[in-house]
Amino acid sequence: MNGPHDLGGQMGFGPVAPQSHEPYFHADWERRALGLTLSCGAFGAWTIDESRHARENIPPACYLSASYYEIWTRALEVLLERHGFATSAEIASGTKQIEPAVPKRILKAEMVAGVLSKGGPCDRPLETRPVFAAGDRVRTKNFNPETHTRLPRYARAKTGVVEAVQGAFVFPDDNAHGKGENPQWVYTVVFDAAEIWGEGADPTLTVSIDAWESYLERF
Amino acid sequence: MHDDHETDHHDHHGHAHGHFHDHDNRYTDMQARVRALETVLVEKGLIDPKAVDAIVETYETKIGPKNGARVVAKAWSDPVFADWLQADATAAIASLGYTGRQGEHMRAVFNTPGTHNLIVCTLCSCYPWAVLGLPPTWYKAPAYRSRAVIDPRGVLAEFGLALPKETKIRVWDSTAELRYLVIPERPDGTDGLDEQALAALVSRDAMIGTAIAGVPS
Repeated sequence: MNGPHDLGGQMGFGPVAPQSHEPYFHADWERRALGLTLSCGAFGAWTIDESRHARENIPPACYLSASYYEIWTRALEVLLERHGFATSAEIASGTKQIEPAVPKRILKAEMVAGVLSKGGPCDRPLETRPVFAAGDRVRTKNFNPETHTRLPRYARAKTGVVEAVQGAFVFPDDNAHGKGENPQWVYTVVFDAAEIWGEGADPTLTVSIDAWESYLERF
Repeated sequence: MHDDHETDHHDHHGHAHGHFHDHDNRYTDMQARVRALETVLVEKGLIDPKAVDAIVETYETKIGPKNGARVVAKAWSDPVFADWLQADATAAIASLGYTGRQGEHMRAVFNTPGTHNLIVCTLCSCYPWAVLGLPPTWYKAPAYRSRAVIDPRGVLAEFGLALPKETKIRVWDSTAELRYLVIPERPDGTDGLDEQALAALVSRDAMIGTAIAGVPS
């Protein structure tokens, strides 16, 4: 979707404000928001792709003024409601009213180290051969789905060069919407800045994205 | 240069310095909102508050940029490891014990005298947690995510880094599940240093690409 999250090339946000000696958290609720988001992810009810799409769906004015842990929290509330774990009334009141859906698992303290160190690999073996090879010139497609995609707007309908075949991975555009993992080959595609930004682009700059095969056409 | 201070977790007072985290009503509202959420999830038996504690403790005290700095120092010291890192970063990094969430599929990109690498996630906040820990606020904020791909030199200037005009800049937008670690160039004057001393020269920002490695003092 063309949401507020798709920020590459937008202007007007001012300078980057690095904070020296920045703490990992700026308030205690940020700690809990991180822990809750990961704990609820362990339910196995939604994928990381659905989770990202829930964040993208936060209305632009809210998204752009929220801290990242606020974005996570708002998306988590949507996911909990969508999957039957809590109603919005329960979330607002902090009080149980209905029995929740049954998660595939509940993360206990003793499971945390193992779960975090295992992660969630999303490479998948594919029988098909990759269509493109390093050195191929490709053009990204021009599409504007209302659904989840990982092809940023600035990199649509642009010509670049395949630098590497990175392996086959779960296809987020489908997986975010419960349509299956449908893995595809992923390629690192490099663009000259002039191809993306046109006149005045930094001549020393190249930008790469990691693109699923269906985002690309041979040029 | 911005120090990592991954062990400096007693210093949580510094939240009045950035425009994303002033003591405004929204921040206070979030405190109540997250508390209510945790309360109801615990009441429903869906959440173990001690698991939440354990997650927070892991990322506040155990996983941080020191992991990545050790990877860089080893790559500087051991050409065989550097080649492995280039060919299969996931396996090479796992050999040092760094695996797992947001580090499942790693790629290492090496700065050279002619090319500087910079990592961004324009679409969300993808970041190599297993080697760098949780990302800093600026990495997740719109100013960095919007400009890194169009005006990286302007961004680097805000970090105090001015690269030579002829240096090529390669920006990697983390749009898939590959997580990137920049291997900065080894500074001059470090010939006699062991891996531990070398690691101390490698900041978090140098492994994102918004800084270069430090010089020995």
